[in-house]
Amino acid sequence: MNQATNLSEVIHINKDPALKNAGPIGKSIPHESAHLHVSGQATYIDDLPEWEGTLHAALGLSTCAHGRIKKLDLSAVYTAAGVRCVYLAKDIPHHNNCGPIVADEPIIADDVIQFYGQVIFVVAADTYQQARAAVRLAKVEYEAFEPILTIDDAIKAESWVLPPVDLKRGETAESLKNAPHRLQGSSAVGGQEHFYLEGQISYAYPKEDHTIHVHCSTQHPTEMQHLICHALGYRAHQVSVEARRMGGGFGGKESQSAQWACIASLLAVKTGKPVKLRLDRDDDMVATGKRHGFDFEWDVGFDDEGRILGLQIQIASNCGFSVDLSGPVNDRAICHIDNAYYLDAVAIRSLRCKTHTVSNTAFRGFGGPQGMFPIEYIIDDIAYYLGHDPLAVRLINFYDDVTQIAAHPETARNTTHYGTTITDNVIPSLVKELAQSCDYTARRAEIDAFNAQSPIIKKGFALTPVKFGISFNATLYNQAGALVHVYSDGTVLLTHGGTEMGQGLYSKIRQIVAHEFAIPLADVRFSATDTSRVPNTSATAASSGTDLNGKAAQAACITIRTRLAIFAAELAHTTLDHVVFSEGHVYAGTDDAIDGKGLQKWTFGELVLRAYQARIQLWDSGFYKTPDIHWNPAIRFGRPFYYFAYGAAATEVAIDTLTGETQILRVDVLHDVGQSINPAIDIGQIEGGFIQGMGWLTSEELYWVKSGAKTGHLFTHAPSTYKIPTAADCPSIFNVKLFNNQNVENTIHRSKAVGEPPFMLALSVFSALRDAVSAAVEAETGIRTKLKPKLEAPATPESILRAIHLGISQPFGPRP
Amino acid sequence: MSSRAIQFYFRGEVQQVEAISPTRTVLQYLREDCHHTGTKEGCAEGDCGACTVVVGELASLDGKECLQLRTVNSCIQFLPTLDGKALFTVEDLAQIQALQTLKDTHSPAINAHSAHAASKTLHPIQQAMVDHHASQCGFCTPGFVMSLWAMYENQTHAPTRTEATEHISGNLCRCTGYRPILDAAIAAYDLPRVTLEREPIISTLKALEALPALSYHIAGQRFFAPRTRAELAVLRIEYPQARLLAGSTDVGLWITKQGRQLSDVIYLGHVTDLKKIDHQDAYIEIGAMVSLTDAFATLTRLDTGWTELARRFASEPIKNAGTLGGNVANGSPIGDSMPALITQSAEIVLQHGASTRRLPLEDFYLDYQKTALMNGEFVAAIRVPISKTIAGMSAYFHTYKIAKRNEQDISAVCGAFAVVLNSAGIVQSARIAYGGMAAIPKRAASCEAALVGQPWSKALIESAKKALQLDFAPLSDGRASAEYRQVIAANLLTRFWFETLPADAATHGAHGQAPHVKRLSDLIPTQAVEG
Repeated sequence: MNQATNLSEVIHINKDPALKNAGPIGKSIPHESAHLHVSGQATYIDDLPEWEGTLHAALGLSTCAHGRIKKLDLSAVYTAAGVRCVYLAKDIPHHNNCGPIVADEPIIADDVIQFYGQVIFVVAADTYQQARAAVRLAKVEYEAFEPILTIDDAIKAESWVLPPVDLKRGETAESLKNAPHRLQGSSAVGGQEHFYLEGQISYAYPKEDHTIHVHCSTQHPTEMQHLICHALGYRAHQVSVEARRMGGGFGGKESQSAQWACIASLLAVKTGKPVKLRLDRDDDMVATGKRHGFDFEWDVGFDDEGRILGLQIQIASNCGFSVDLSGPVNDRAICHIDNAYYLDAVAIRSLRCKTHTVSNTAFRGFGGPQGMFPIEYIIDDIAYYLGHDPLAVRLINFYDDVTQIAAHPETARNTTHYGTTITDNVIPSLVKELAQSCDYTARRAEIDAFNAQSPIIKKGFALTPVKFGISFNATLYNQAGALVHVYSDGTVLLTHGGTEMGQGLYSKIRQIVAHEFAIPLADVRFSATDTSRVPNTSATAASSGTDLNGKAAQAACITIRTRLAIFAAELAHTTLDHVVFSEGHVYAGTDDAIDGKGLQKWTFGELVLRAYQARIQLWDSGFYKTPDIHWNPAIRFGRPFYYFAYGAAATEVAIDTLTGETQILRVDVLHDVGQSINPAIDIGQIEGGFIQGMGWLTSEELYWVKSGAKTGHLFTHAPSTYKIPTAADCPSIFNVKLFNNQNVENTIHRSKAVGEPPFMLALSVFSALRDAVSAAVEAETGIRTKLKPKLEAPATPESILRAIHLGISQPFGPRP
Repeated sequence: MSSRAIQFYFRGEVQQVEAISPTRTVLQYLREDCHHTGTKEGCAEGDCGACTVVVGELASLDGKECLQLRTVNSCIQFLPTLDGKALFTVEDLAQIQALQTLKDTHSPAINAHSAHAASKTLHPIQQAMVDHHASQCGFCTPGFVMSLWAMYENQTHAPTRTEATEHISGNLCRCTGYRPILDAAIAAYDLPRVTLEREPIISTLKALEALPALSYHIAGQRFFAPRTRAELAVLRIEYPQARLLAGSTDVGLWITKQGRQLSDVIYLGHVTDLKKIDHQDAYIEIGAMVSLTDAFATLTRLDTGWTELARRFASEPIKNAGTLGGNVANGSPIGDSMPALITQSAEIVLQHGASTRRLPLEDFYLDYQKTALMNGEFVAAIRVPISKTIAGMSAYFHTYKIAKRNEQDISAVCGAFAVVLNSAGIVQSARIAYGGMAAIPKRAASCEAALVGQPWSKALIESAKKALQLDFAPLSDGRASAEYRQVIAANLLTRFWFETLPADAATHGAHGQAPHVKRLSDLIPTQAVEG
């Protein structure tokens, strides 16, 4: 344990002169709460002991997609058992808004109903069951207006939440005209329900002197604090928001937790009682925003090898009734239209459609997946049209890597359409390595052979890349703070602005802090994220949690460690460069004093106690802002991303041509997380992201009732009808490997963000499914058509069979 | 029947609960009344598994009394139905582990270091979950732990990957992608085995059996849990408006989702006679309260044609709670057991007072949510004939379920097909029925007529598919469009035909080659493989 060895040797081994630490960095350490998760002892907000007098809130939701309330009869609600408060828009003391960027989203609808399921009143009662029973007693009459429910209808009506945006580079029209080949096409991808297992919940209790503390299941405590303030007419120092852990977030608790935090707080202040608002699953699915669905239309020109020469594309998203985060979501879609491919001449038109549906929001990938969807579709179409292998077409379209840039610096293909020069590209070598390890060429032939002799079951195969920009597009959010307490017994309590939603942020930061002090992990604990401990936090989003908060926590640790090192040097009458923190101990002394009185050694706790007695500050904060990034939002130009994360997946699928059902057979993933801080957590993010992406593109269909009394109602409002993947959908061959790489930028331990990028690996599933549909069509018609069949996502069994029937010219009617 | 407290085994002792609404759920009791918050609410409708608990009941195995442990969704089980049973939640596992550690004199000294010490109190299922990084946000985790614990208690050998998958079919995880959970399910068996001590529980439950049948009255609502068919028959006539409650996999949602109030409730779960499976030479009679798990175990033994349907029929905890009688009595147009039962010429046994009558199941369904059940009558059993092999005749029976998701989904279309061919390959009889195609589960009369007397050929199937179009006018909804339903209903006939072809005949199939792979499920290995 404590090899009191030659000090200069110790320093030599260590990168950082003050640390010799085999330490926890790079180790697969279980999640900091794993032992609590499995024993039911991890406390979520609904598990907290309730304060005496706690009231429970429930929502009265509209049953009309668009209209005005003619009559709202709540008499039976008021007199229902247990009801303590019925609350309407007019009762809100200050701003009736929970929109995070634009103030266009009422907490409680006050005039026009904008979607089926909008909150029109709320109730607080003695029990959860009483509150839910009471809201059902409302009698509401509406003056109904014609709702806009689809992207198509919104475009026709020019119904936007934000004006259309164009981003252009090069002479696209000219390039298209001169291209040897040209294809037009269209497709669509549906939205996605987050389906965090813990639904939205806020628990607010009023405290003395007009202050309030709110436990909120949120990715964005500071925004909750601000919006609660605006609703109550409070100032920031009157409201504190705490979040220990979420039962999943995925973007659904970034802005979407605000309405519930506001309602719980409004009711708490109004009644003077603690108020808990926990959304029933159905209410949660109906009343909270989802991933944006997109429609695409394009015109692409390319050469004989399939190299894209010009691309004109329209991407139209369903934003729902309000702005929410639709601006940045659509901007990220624009910035990921290239995925890993160099687009010389490109013209993008981005439409941000307003419909009378719930306002859509952040969801893992944040528009990135929707941006990449069409380019992978287009590449497949080009390959099929030319009769080339799709992988070959992908390879020639990739951005140049360092070697290629060095070979022809003047004609380097490494600048994105939004003006960023890519310097860290590893996609060509990563994809080649994966193609080799997954046996791409041989399996392609095997699959063709299988399909030739299998009449009913057809297989498909695809390998697709991911390049994903890391940082918030809006530069200001790329900052974080941390607060580190070293107690006089040598234990450490830590907090920062990032929130834990299962992604392992707390676990990784604990590793980082234990490493900085060279102490055991068990000596470092996390206190909940709380706006009263670390203020002005950014959302835990954009995959940036570890990048930002890890650096901030490290900075705080270095400040404290430096103080301790100076103190140790003084005690040992030596200089700072002769102090070493190693394996739970601190050594100070000089070489000539080895084994003599000059080398002093303390446990970390001993030194800390002495430092405390010597009145040295043992706690401090740390701050970090991402360097070198800049973004001009007006022209959408600059370097919004500090670096890129890369990955690729090869997926083999099978489809049943009689029913359209599908099965994922094998998945091989190679993914770049730089130098991993915790490989098990990173692999967990990759696998989980992949399966979630697969769900988005296959079984997870959002379906709104199109006509009749329930027009605009979300039919798929519960897990009975909305189908996320189950264990049976996890491929039985699932090989996930980390790419051997390190971040060229100076990130925390040279790691890379991992939350979102793997989600888009699932595009390989969709591409493979189209491949299988092609095989089915080819078998039926006996001819290899020049275009792959049109397939829309999610590729449900019906969507697959629809595509086959379209391919063999026996089309179904439109999906009602 | 006398009024008394609800009594059940929980946390090592008999709990007595009085004056509780008959529709108070087990989950509400755990979380709100006991403040045992390890068990979570994810959906309150039995579809996500976060609330999974294990219920223990006395059963007999090879003539010996034993404790049967099965998972259920606590969010849709009503507390009074626990009377006489044992309840286990995630909090119990530490206790089971601790008892084992006490018993084990050779147990290594517990390491005082905190994280390590905590891990020593974990059950092997929990420890394997930690070791394999099988939790991320952790909210679904207690439910997975309980599903895997039930598996662990019920089988002494490590599961195959396929088996492990089936055991967690009722648990949704949004974070991990499931791979580490499946790994943990298997790896738990590598750790020293820790099991529940069952004898004290069995004797406790036997003591509870001696109590009078439970019945009570609270706030204008009556709850009865009769023990015999005769008692039930009397109650049924006395309280014809009372809601009969079986597995509550549907009625549970009326309460948690629709906010409906039930008046009087008669719970059937303690009527021993209704939980029997009667094996006769000519038929099997499955009591109305036989769980779907047990019913399918019997039916798949009877005929492998049931296997595919059994595999895709709901999740494990739903099959444990739900009953065949309930599925049939409910009469939903998308209930999955009825098309298959109809093609098997099953009969429904109905009882009124002391008298019983039998009806062909297909005649039980009159219209949407309307059955032939009369006032004061109840479903007692389902009788499934055992078809005898007739010399020179070949009988085929297959079932298929089509839905958006492989597991635990509601059918877009469910199809069942039974044909008998003579030695010349002529169709002697055909019974074909579908769910999801009409307001009730329904036979395809025109299609059947087109088949009988004709040679069993590809050409015949094509004409039968055309006839099928006359039989149904399905609806469009969020699950599927009418047109898709029509197309796949017909295609299932093609699939059935393909699968009846003998291996050599198949080589002369439409595509000139053997259809080696007929179903997607044929492509899934039972064990995880390194590619």
